[in-house]
Amino acid sequence: MLLIYCPYCEIERAETEFHCGGEAHIARPSDPEKATDDDWVEFLYMRSNTKGIAAERWRHIHGCGRFFNAVRDTVSDKFLTFYKAGDPRPDLEALAREAGK
Amino acid sequence: MSQPFRTEKGGRIDRTAELTFTFDGEEMHGYAGDTLASALLANGVHLVGRSFKYHRPRGILTAGSEEPNALVGVYRNGDQTPNIRATQVELYQGLQVISQNRFPSLGFDIGAVNDLLSPLFPAGFYYKTFMWPKAFWDRVYEPIIRSAAGLGKPPKNPDHDTYGNLYAHCDVLIAGSGPSGLAAALAAAETGASVILCDEQAEFGGSLLSENSATIDGKDPAVWVSETVARLEAMDNVTLLRRTTAFGYFAYNFVALAERVTEHLPDPDPRLPRERLWQVRAKEVVIAAGAIERPMVFPENDRPGILLADAGRTYLNRYGVKVGHRVLVATACDTAWQAAFDLADHGVDVVAIADLRESPPESLVAIAAARGIRVETGCVVTGTLGRNRIRAALLGRLMTSGKVASGGQVDCDALLMSGGWTPTVSLFSQSRGKVVWDSEAGAFVPGTSVQKERSTGAANGLYGLQATLADGYAAGEGAARAATGKSATISHSRATGGEAGNGGILGALPHDRNAARVKAFVDFQNDVTAKDVKLAVREGMQSIEHIKRYTTTGMATDQGRLSNMNALQIASGALEKPLTDVGLTTFRQPFTPTTFGLFAGVSRGDFFDPVRKTPSHDWVVDHGGLFEDVGQWKRAWYFPKDGEDMHAAVERECRIVRKSVGLFDASTLGKIEVVGPDAAEFLERMYTNPWKKLAPGRCRYGLLLNDAGYITDDGVIGRLADDRFHVTTTTGGAPSVFATMEDYLQTEWPDLDVWITSTTDQYAVAAIQGPKAREVIAPFIEGIDLSAEALPHMSVREATFCGIPCRLFRISFTGELGFEINVPRRHGKMMWDTLAGEIEKHDGTAYGTEAMHVLRAEKGYIIVGQDTDGTVTPQDAGMSWAIGKKKFDFVGKRGLERPDLKAENRKQLVGLLTRDPKVKLEEGAQVTRLEQPPIGTPAEGHVTSSYFSPALERTIALAVVKNGHALVGQTLYVPMPEGSIPVEVTGTVFYDKEGARLNV
Amino acid sequence: MKRYSFLELAKNAFSAHQNWGRQWRAPEPKAEYDVVIVGAGGHGLATAYYLAREHGIRNVAVIEKGWLGGGNTGRNTTIVRSNYLWEESAALYNHAIGLWQNLSQELNYNVMYSARGVMMLAHTVHDVQVSQRHIHANRLAGVQNEWLTPEEAKEYCPPLNISRNIRYPVVGAALQRVGGTARHDAVAWGYARGADDLGVDIIQNCAVTGIRRGQDGSVEGVETAKGFIKAKKVGVVAAGHTSVVMEMAGVRLPLESFPLQALVSEPVKPAFPCVVMSNTIHAYISQSDKGELVIGAGTDQFVSYSQAGGLHITNHTIDAICELFPHFRRMRMLRNWGGIVDTTPDRSPILSKTPVPGLYVNCGWGTGGFKATPGSGHVFAHTIAKDEPHPINAPFTIDRFRTGRLIDEAAAAAVAH
Repeated sequence: MLLIYCPYCEIERAETEFHCGGEAHIARPSDPEKATDDDWVEFLYMRSNTKGIAAERWRHIHGCGRFFNAVRDTVSDKFLTFYKAGDPRPDLEALAREAGK
Repeated sequence: MSQPFRTEKGGRIDRTAELTFTFDGEEMHGYAGDTLASALLANGVHLVGRSFKYHRPRGILTAGSEEPNALVGVYRNGDQTPNIRATQVELYQGLQVISQNRFPSLGFDIGAVNDLLSPLFPAGFYYKTFMWPKAFWDRVYEPIIRSAAGLGKPPKNPDHDTYGNLYAHCDVLIAGSGPSGLAAALAAAETGASVILCDEQAEFGGSLLSENSATIDGKDPAVWVSETVARLEAMDNVTLLRRTTAFGYFAYNFVALAERVTEHLPDPDPRLPRERLWQVRAKEVVIAAGAIERPMVFPENDRPGILLADAGRTYLNRYGVKVGHRVLVATACDTAWQAAFDLADHGVDVVAIADLRESPPESLVAIAAARGIRVETGCVVTGTLGRNRIRAALLGRLMTSGKVASGGQVDCDALLMSGGWTPTVSLFSQSRGKVVWDSEAGAFVPGTSVQKERSTGAANGLYGLQATLADGYAAGEGAARAATGKSATISHSRATGGEAGNGGILGALPHDRNAARVKAFVDFQNDVTAKDVKLAVREGMQSIEHIKRYTTTGMATDQGRLSNMNALQIASGALEKPLTDVGLTTFRQPFTPTTFGLFAGVSRGDFFDPVRKTPSHDWVVDHGGLFEDVGQWKRAWYFPKDGEDMHAAVERECRIVRKSVGLFDASTLGKIEVVGPDAAEFLERMYTNPWKKLAPGRCRYGLLLNDAGYITDDGVIGRLADDRFHVTTTTGGAPSVFATMEDYLQTEWPDLDVWITSTTDQYAVAAIQGPKAREVIAPFIEGIDLSAEALPHMSVREATFCGIPCRLFRISFTGELGFEINVPRRHGKMMWDTLAGEIEKHDGTAYGTEAMHVLRAEKGYIIVGQDTDGTVTPQDAGMSWAIGKKKFDFVGKRGLERPDLKAENRKQLVGLLTRDPKVKLEEGAQVTRLEQPPIGTPAEGHVTSSYFSPALERTIALAVVKNGHALVGQTLYVPMPEGSIPVEVTGTVFYDKEGARLNV
Repeated sequence: MKRYSFLELAKNAFSAHQNWGRQWRAPEPKAEYDVVIVGAGGHGLATAYYLAREHGIRNVAVIEKGWLGGGNTGRNTTIVRSNYLWEESAALYNHAIGLWQNLSQELNYNVMYSARGVMMLAHTVHDVQVSQRHIHANRLAGVQNEWLTPEEAKEYCPPLNISRNIRYPVVGAALQRVGGTARHDAVAWGYARGADDLGVDIIQNCAVTGIRRGQDGSVEGVETAKGFIKAKKVGVVAAGHTSVVMEMAGVRLPLESFPLQALVSEPVKPAFPCVVMSNTIHAYISQSDKGELVIGAGTDQFVSYSQAGGLHITNHTIDAICELFPHFRRMRMLRNWGGIVDTTPDRSPILSKTPVPGLYVNCGWGTGGFKATPGSGHVFAHTIAKDEPHPINAPFTIDRFRTGRLIDEAAAAAVAH
């Protein structure tokens, strides 16, 4: 069971308090009229499914209820950082270097 | 009582407390402090079980949790537990034990014929045969294989016991309480860190409990143990867990412990759980799991009476039991010599020490000489004799050529062996650390830590009492400092004696016998021999994982703790590759087999999943209603009266609703309060329908899609004010709709000024439906005008019910005049009881979900999840009207534009009427164009809902059918095993198509 | 290839089994193959076998990062069934069932296919509707599946608790009698031996590090730990690692890889005669021919390549098992492990050509790929050999996610196992 830091509550809690929302930074095309079928399938279904350092969404569902993002190494399951929704995606490569990956 | 192999004195047993137990029905005696294994040995019983494949007689091999042979069934109060290790069963008065995997008796087992036929059963033999004739596999071969396999008999009755569960946090968790574990606990605890110390045994102390040739601070090691434990016990920051196995090491230093609470008690308090699961999140973990001794792989090394040397020593020193009267000690390392010396000191005839090495240490040889023990060096055991117990061993002399010459036969009734030591790296491996080869220790030891963990003492490949003690202190201090930043100076105890021995051997020993014929066991329980491992390699298995799976070595209940290293060495030789290149299989949780009940804990019966009850629950029970499980909810299903069956009860309920009035508990429907200046805009984006122009006080049916374009939920939404909506969802969809709304609101449209709150549990909801609905509620509602003009269909008002503030919806899921009253949950029972009393005056009835389904189907109202299944679009459902055509965007809008969602031939919701009005279609039945479709004909669709409609006096059905909207009036078929049923395609509204009954 | 039989076993007993040959070779890779299969799991090996056997394409290499059959093939709960809802799925899995029936004889390797019956429990009115829909659809499609009352279910599986007083009582079950289990290792090994015998090179411990594409975008071969291997056709059958391998060719897929756990109990004498699954309370269980209860747990909620799941997932599964089979509460867990399952949004696999000419992909089996092994290999071999799908796998394209023509087993049945 993972240990997750909620950047809103500023506490670390067990994974069972949270719900994973999948890959982060997938923006819903803002103008559906202009989005092509390919844009839409990319938004709906295509996922990087990264083996290694990746950003993902979590929601503190049994806490503050907020969505936030985390960077995790999907091989070791270790978190590298947590940040609030709307904050820019961190430099994953730099994080990886820091973690010695 | 006669315990012929008990020593005169010594051991940690209580000789004043004699206990009686039975083994296969035979009554025997032991003492408090015995394990079943030590008690059996005291009685001279070595034959305890039969092996898995060849059914060979087997005895007690070890004194610990790695025991592969002595597995027994334990009976207690009608509960039966198979495959329990005799070495882990604490003796209690009246213990009842039976042996396993034998028929008719342990001493004479028909299955042992397998041993004679064993030339036919090499590793993996079953992959090569039993294929002809084909029909024999299911009927003959497989049943035989299955009944031969397995060990103990499965439990027969539901378990009577309970299991506990608790969560704990600590600074330092220490697994294992030998010298290094105790030292670590002390060092960590003295810093003030919170410490949990656990050990799988009944007593703390580990190897110290059987160590009598060393001292700590000048004291007997066992005395030091009790003093140390007493010190720890006195500290508030220390939790001591005996009989507790750290069995699983998960991510983020989450460690699972299994505490056996009552199993050792003759008459446990029934309030106590049998076992307790500790889920511990530790800041730091110290693994002090020790090391286990390795068997030697020589021919017939499996006979009862052959034990590991350290086990022999443990039985002697800790339990006061001699493993035999004439004992041969075969070893490749120094430590086993001490077992020989201790036995000799207790008057046991040690017939010889056979050391593989040419020149064992002079000091040991001298001690042996002083005791008059014959010493053979450069000597191996090449075979053993005896049926159900060893009676002699064959010795062989290692020649410089590498060959072995016969060294004669020695008579013995027990053989102690030691191939050296294997650090217990299971927990470290579970923590996902990689082991590294330590050529000096001749073992794999923990490499770099991946989690916040450190291994100490023998688990880290370190031997010798003083060294492990010192290492333990350092580990405890280090862990505490890492966890808390604090440290403390404590005096370290010092040990003398108990030096680290040298030596050890891996793999099969040389001998002068026919290697292709003899059996030298590597994995005892699974009957894997050295030649099996070689055969696997010969057949092309190169990875150790393949060898393991092909031979099943390491897959027995000890999970390879005893066998892995020997198997690896044999494989390495056969592959002609260095051992380190062959690879090691991964240790997985649990460390030792762990009771299912422990994992399930209190989760049984109603605790398996929370039960959600509505305000009417007790009333429904009192009135004979039956319940339906809908998610976690218990919903009233129907109310049979006077012996009615379901059909009759539902028919009656439906008729009464249409004729007078019905009362229905709608509290389970999801409710979400959407508030804020952008509330309308938010709903505009979430739902297909337009919301901005909906006037306060009015309601609208809302349809929710996912962004793929498929229907996921629906419900009526009322606008209470410009900035406030009361949203309802389906019962099952409530959590996911709320989560989806939060997701879009927080991550896609953070610009919207909206708050959403789940209010499902805040309101109790009663639906009053039927022509007399208004009359029923009128006496209790105050503050608003209930007339049709003032409160038309699809309206919402705030009012009071019996003086309690309520939200009153005029809506209908039956097609009749209807109201839904929402009151705060705590008033729900009052509301229900009030209304239930009132409807009686109007010849009304309470109705359940089944009648609700019929009534809504008569009107063609869909149930999301029944009439839709996640592949249905609004157009498919005939609900294009629910889509706001002018909207810029809503969830699902773009998805609906994708090619397949606009394609011809989509399955569309229609009504079906059977030609015979009495025939009711089965829900889920398929719809075809052909009356007799050949096998493999693609269906046109399927029946989603089907009922007998009391209002129409006939059956009705809803279905999704390819291009169904264009097929209205045509005949299709529903093929059933008994014959095809012709059906006419119709619209989906069967009753009151104009909706006249709604607007009254 | 020396054929296996009882006679051969007896003959070899006289020579103390010293003369058995290798089941497959350990060749060094050649410079060029007609087809390279990436991944030596059951599906990849079966693909190679059928390429050689049915299509005469024998110059084939199967390249494996670890050891053959070491991924999900060797980690699953070995359930075989075909009672899927949609015609497309039922056709695919039933194709596999057909091949399972004769697989031991076909491969001359006893894969221990045991048609013990797979029983899927219904606990609620909704479950009954879903089960009935499956049964009716299956009947039309020619797939065996039948409805049992709780009492009939109990008769078929005596340990089942059909008390009305449990939290989610069993209200009925759908039984597929031809469903059952098989020995997972034997399937990989049997196909490996068969393929090897037909000339296929199985190259283990050789990671693929790149997919080389030519000027026109089509596949030229694969870069590996043992150098470049030329091939005009490359089939990727890499299960949980498919996204990683396909990224080497610049192809994005609608996949997410989740940890899935399974566990076995200690071995006991026969206690459980069939396979029982419950989607509602998330449990599935059978007993292996070794005597272990084999239990499948759920997936964790996050993407991971760790092959390890959380304890809470295991707890939840055992809760469900003990609720349905209260006798087993005193049984003990022997071993618990994890695999990496690649799941698609509609919980149906992808068996398809890709936008890259010469590159084919077989993935997305989620929690239930083992059962399809023979059928999957068979139709995927066809797809590679002919450069067009077999009619059975034609619907299982990548493009269905763009058009919306999903084969949505998840939508109708919650969890697919």
